[in-house]
Amino acid sequence: MRIWMIAKRILIELLRDKRTLMLIFIAPLLILFLMKLVFSVNSQTDVTVGTVDVNSSLVEKLDSKHMKVVNYATEKHALKELNQNLDAVIVSENDDLDVTYSNTDASKTKFIKQRLQMALISTRLSQLTSSVKRIYSVPEKKFKITNHYQYGNEDTNFFDKIVPILMGFFVFFFVFLISGMSLLNERTSGTLNRLLATPVRRSEIVFGYMLSYGLVAIVQTLIIVFFTIWALKVEVIGNLFYVILINFVLALVAMAFGLLMSTFAKSEFQMMQFIPLIIVPQIFFSGMIPLETMASGVRVISYFLPMKYAGDALTKVVMSGANFADIYQALLMLLVFLVVLTMLNIFGLKKYRKV
Amino acid sequence: MGQNVIEISHLMKKFAAQTVLNDINLQIANAKIIGLIGPSGAGKSTIIKIILGMELPDSGSTKLLGKQMPNRSLLNKIGYMAQSDALYEQLTGLENLKFFAGMKKLHHATSLIDHIAEVVDLSDALDKRVINYSGGMKRRLSLAIALLGDNQILILDEPTVGVDPALRKKIWSELQRLRDQGMTILVTTHVMSEAELTDEVALLMDGKIIEFDQPEKLKEKYQVKTVEEVFLKAEETL
Repeated sequence: MRIWMIAKRILIELLRDKRTLMLIFIAPLLILFLMKLVFSVNSQTDVTVGTVDVNSSLVEKLDSKHMKVVNYATEKHALKELNQNLDAVIVSENDDLDVTYSNTDASKTKFIKQRLQMALISTRLSQLTSSVKRIYSVPEKKFKITNHYQYGNEDTNFFDKIVPILMGFFVFFFVFLISGMSLLNERTSGTLNRLLATPVRRSEIVFGYMLSYGLVAIVQTLIIVFFTIWALKVEVIGNLFYVILINFVLALVAMAFGLLMSTFAKSEFQMMQFIPLIIVPQIFFSGMIPLETMASGVRVISYFLPMKYAGDALTKVVMSGANFADIYQALLMLLVFLVVLTMLNIFGLKKYRKV
Repeated sequence: MGQNVIEISHLMKKFAAQTVLNDINLQIANAKIIGLIGPSGAGKSTIIKIILGMELPDSGSTKLLGKQMPNRSLLNKIGYMAQSDALYEQLTGLENLKFFAGMKKLHHATSLIDHIAEVVDLSDALDKRVINYSGGMKRRLSLAIALLGDNQILILDEPTVGVDPALRKKIWSELQRLRDQGMTILVTTHVMSEAELTDEVALLMDGKIIEFDQPEKLKEKYQVKTVEEVFLKAEETL
């Protein structure tokens, strides 16, 4: 069986290349671990606001755990401090509020705006309740809020949201790069020509690559999945088998993509040049940045990127326990990519042998 | 089977505006060693690529064993050794041989591999990884791979570059032994002393075959003592 012999040969070469092995199996874990550290830092921002002539009840409402309020005598004085020590200055003139934001951090500006709105509403509300109470005597009722989380717990953060997508992305990235380099090496070292001087079918070469990198992707996915579950304590609601299935198909797409791109590269350096061109857009449209918030014209691009479908399906399985019926469409789209790319690859080898 | 194992007629090939092959005709009979010599850039590699079906000519035809090329299954009858070593460096010599034997569907090739390793004097190094081989050893392994299988035609592109004289002699006597068993061998070479060892020499210049005859007859025609001088004289008169 030529396909199996080619796959076996690629796997043996890979097993003997310790650096590449580390890159495939250890590097994703290291990056995931670092991302967990970076994103698990409390995302709550602390802000400091300067106030001038603001009435004391509002100041009291504003002053809280994450917002420090400092009173200033004059606006001029307060504005001087803006940027250095203050994130915003609130000046009250005849009950109207005049706010100047430093706006060097958009999330802080947004946070202050929200707090200010809430404080205003809350002041109005307490005024209202006290006047209502004066007219009717209403019994005081305290509301108690109990939170339930369908996925994760109160510590769930951005990292948890992107973890399912990252699992797919690492498979995509490393398989793309390494399979592409591998075929490129065959081309530049002349072994591809020698291979094509035997009666091997062009399709057997492509399927051999698919088989070997498919197996690599399964092992890689297992390592990544178990690492995220047991070491990073990420919850997977859905069936693990679907996670592996999606990653397997995605890996085959990545491999076919890598092989195709490698035919346009003359050296390993040129292969690296495809990273900003092919890989980076996959990140943008993978769902790590919410697609719903993008302009619809821009969103169209995502339909041409395999990472979008894989990211969707993985998120559904990991975060809401989707079953096969929920992900088969995404899988189908990945298969379409796979079939088209594979045919292009088999056809592309015609460049090196005409039959 | 017809008289000629390789039949090339009216081959034309252009790359962009440059004519690489210009009306090449070459009839090669069974059981002969043919030397293809010419300066670099004369089109030797292009002829080989067309014979193997890796390139298509713009016009003209190539027949191997009576069949039109390109033809995939016919490649089973051809052993090919490229100018570059083209080996899997992370694999051992034996793994390389087994892999290419598998590509030619030779599944019980152990004794064949043993014999071939003997010929190229690599029996002791078969379990070493190719990355640790010397340049000469790689060349020999590359030749060994070309010898694998049930070949009727051997196409060797510069087979003895970087091979020491003793081994070169051994390789040539093996090639002659194979020829005596009925193999047709096409060899490109830069080493003119090797051209003396061939049965016929094709002299390729500027995309044309300007001479195709036995070395002795060529020397007679140009009234010189070596093939090298034939080559130089032919180049002058062109």
